[in-house]
Amino acid sequence: MAARVIVTTSGKGGVGKTTSTANIAAALARFGKKVVAVDADVGLRNLDVIMGLENRVVYNFIDVIEKVCKLNQAIVKDKRVPGLYLLPAAQTRTKDAVNPEQMIALCEELKQEFDFVLLDCPAGIEGGFKNAAAGADEALVVTTPEIPSVRDADRIIGMLESMGKSPIRLIINRLRPNMVQDGDMLAKDDILDVLSIDLIGVVPEDENVIRSTNSGEPMTISLESPAAQAYLNIAERLLGRDVPLMDLESYATRGFISKIKKFFGGKRKR
Amino acid sequence: MDFLKRIFGGGNEGTRDKARDRLKIVLIHDRTDISPQLLDSLRDEIVNVLTKYMDIDTKKIEIDLDHDEHEVALVANIPVLRIKRGNVDVNAV
Ligand SMILES: Nc1ncnc2c1ncn2[C@@H]1O[C@H](COP(=O)(O)OP(=O)(O)O)[C@@H](O)[C@H]1O
Ligand SMILES: [Mg+2]
Repeated sequence: MAARVIVTTSGKGGVGKTTSTANIAAALARFGKKVVAVDADVGLRNLDVIMGLENRVVYNFIDVIEKVCKLNQAIVKDKRVPGLYLLPAAQTRTKDAVNPEQMIALCEELKQEFDFVLLDCPAGIEGGFKNAAAGADEALVVTTPEIPSVRDADRIIGMLESMGKSPIRLIINRLRPNMVQDGDMLAKDDILDVLSIDLIGVVPEDENVIRSTNSGEPMTISLESPAAQAYLNIAERLLGRDVPLMDLESYATRGFISKIKKFFGGKRKR
Repeated sequence: MDFLKRIFGGGNEGTRDKARDRLKIVLIHDRTDISPQLLDSLRDEIVNVLTKYMDIDTKKIEIDLDHDEHEVALVANIPVLRIKRGNVDVNAV
């Protein structure tokens, strides 16, 4: 199989790009692929922390581009999962420290070594996104089920299309099934109705994301949780397997009220 | 009271429908947002095509995107002075 370079991005910041990149990378590695997660969010580096590899970072990819070190010196191997690697970002540089040609060349080099190159990119409406995404063939767009996030996703999808990325697929993150049930949150289909791209997965709101960030271990390495399962499914779909969407309702944190409803045999309205 | 309402599923409208409607409208507007430069170049091309067929009053042309809440239309008001008859070479550009 030819190596695939996939950029993870969003319109709005803080919607879960880094979380998604780390967990999908770890999941793909668990499925036996050789994967490098590249922190292309120059200046906002945090993929190293989310992956729990911050203490092992020596060089970063700007050092590689500027030939301060060799590529294999900058790449950090994750000792917990065979096949999982990180190429860190520089913290102290501005986003224009790298140009599109350099990024394309870097991705070409990585393609020789890995099955998957996942780029954790800046949000699309921030500067530097086009540079960072230049070397990618495919794209994953992350959005939360809120108007500003979906709106900005729409803009970034147009931009990715004009850059020739294909396929461009959507991750809906932080969905709260119980709020959707109660008619208080945009549902998956509400979002798919208005955005013109395919869905690759829905990740529920899950406090294990915070636990995993605290401990520096991507959920897909070992944790059993709704979000971990969602990311494992996304990784499988990337591998071309036909995995049905999770039944998020069964994961909905059923509160007291739902229990009472159930007890009385009441039907949910929506 | 709220509590009882929710148990028995009464009343509560929910904000999802509102979000869905607002999102649709926002996107209609975002997607049809056009820069003055782009509008100018569109106007120039339209004028070029039209003048093959007719004399128009180029000073009084109005071309704009007309937004109402649910849709956007390209509205053009172009005063026509005279249709060019006979010797129009339709293939000339
Ligand atoms: N599914 C989720 N459930 C709960 N919290 C989440 C989820 N996804 C992301 N978060 C939280 O949202 C914040 C932003 O996530 P991050 O991946 O850093 O976003 P980005 O890279 O897009 O800026 C983090 O604090 C993260 O813990
Ligand atoms: Mg990030």
